[in-house]
Amino acid sequence: MSDHAGKIIPRPTPETRPYWDACRNGQLQLQRCDSCGAYQFFPRMMCCHCNGDSVTWTRVSGRGRVLSYTVVRRPVSKAYAAETPYIVALVELEEGPTLMSNVTGCDPDAITVGMPVEVTFEKWTDEISIPKFRTA
Amino acid sequence: MTQLRGAVAIVGAADTQVGVVPQMGATQLCVDAARRALADAGITKDQVDGLITCNSMAEPYLYHAEAIAEYLQIFPRYCIAAATGGGTTFSVLHHAASAIATGVCHTVLISMADSLRSGLTREQAMLMQSSTGHAQFELPYGPTVPAFYALLARAHMARYGTTEEQLAAVAVTCRRHAHLNPAAQMRDPITVEDVLNSRMIADPLHLLDCSLVSDGGSAVIVTSAERARDFPHAPVYLLGVGEGHGHEHVTQARSLTTSAAVESGQRAYEMAGLGPRDMDLAQLYDCFTPTVLIELEDLGFCAKGEGGPFIASGAIGLEGTLPVNTHGGLLSHCHPGNPGSMFALTEAVAQLRHCAGPRQVKDAQIALVHAQGGIMSSHTTIILGRERN
Repeated sequence: MSDHAGKIIPRPTPETRPYWDACRNGQLQLQRCDSCGAYQFFPRMMCCHCNGDSVTWTRVSGRGRVLSYTVVRRPVSKAYAAETPYIVALVELEEGPTLMSNVTGCDPDAITVGMPVEVTFEKWTDEISIPKFRTA
Repeated sequence: MTQLRGAVAIVGAADTQVGVVPQMGATQLCVDAARRALADAGITKDQVDGLITCNSMAEPYLYHAEAIAEYLQIFPRYCIAAATGGGTTFSVLHHAASAIATGVCHTVLISMADSLRSGLTREQAMLMQSSTGHAQFELPYGPTVPAFYALLARAHMARYGTTEEQLAAVAVTCRRHAHLNPAAQMRDPITVEDVLNSRMIADPLHLLDCSLVSDGGSAVIVTSAERARDFPHAPVYLLGVGEGHGHEHVTQARSLTTSAAVESGQRAYEMAGLGPRDMDLAQLYDCFTPTVLIELEDLGFCAKGEGGPFIASGAIGLEGTLPVNTHGGLLSHCHPGNPGSMFALTEAVAQLRHCAGPRQVKDAQIALVHAQGGIMSSHTTIILGRERN
């Protein structure tokens, strides 16, 4: 898992850079609305719940549950072959938003919908650490 | 407000050879489809004043419709390439109908083709199609297109108890229909066991739960209902159309088990003044078996959560209450990517002209055609009929 050459490595934009900066520092941060208090993901310039103008990057628990999952048996490209089969999951965070991620350190036959998971970070480059999840 | 119901009709429809067609490139397939549809309609290219295409992955152009018009040497008044994934086909029919009804143009050629099988390597085709995922928040995790749909299937199974056997029955039914269609890419009958024993691609989807990778093109000619009477084939009228758009990325889906097909269906039914029970057949987008399951429920053919038992009952076979994908669908007829749902449209035309041969649905009067693009993202539902009123 140490060689990430050829993988699709995120390229931060002005809007998403705070997310990736937090990940590099081992924190999961999402935007929280200064008006209604709701969290959102993906990043946006306004609150997608109340249309509020002001959102603030806020550290979240990193805990959630598996909303759905699949075990990829045929990798999307050669760069992902070494870790195949791998679990792609949608994780619903305690704070509300859903993230796509990999669940690591879990037997592909043991994962279930509803399983509690927590965030962990995998360093891909000096700039990018990828949030992944493991069973909590 | 201009009424679209019955305002336009399809007067020409044709497919190219489909499946593995290495002797033609994607541009050629698009033009070949166009020429066949013009011949079917009995008109020349100069009688077309509108052109709609979709881009090709194998031979992309920055301005695809312009490139096809240039190739054909036609000079239309209305010319656009659409991009809403596999739902592209039907959403453009909506646009063509609007353009004709408002007098922007008279006769629109819709032609779409691609060469996913012969024009790209397997890895290129996989990467290009999976790029529907978000470049920062989805794609780094290595999802394939089957994986995106597997997430929906798993959620449905967890919530409603849907089984892999029920999903497999969709593939078996499509193959049975393809067996009756000499044009189909895959025609050998399969069983539920064959599907379950085929290689697991992304749990719970097996190889035979996934649609084909194909070359091929397909085209239709649309004109006003008034003009439509002057063409050699009986017109097939557009009675209802509706779109629904829920998200682009599956991470942002409002629900994993209910899609914007609910909205597109309601809008199409409302325009047509018809409901699900009035449909003699349905062509439902079947890039993967769970897509059909969710569409059957969201379009009102069965209650939410009951798609699995509905499919397993045999209802969607040629002898069932709602024959689905009578040509074999994307699962067995062909799937060249964004143009994929065109073939469901031309099949619906063949069915309503009563010229579908051994797979003809007896006395078919009204057909529903539905396509979606992305990951259950963009939806368009179309209702077609033999009679204008």
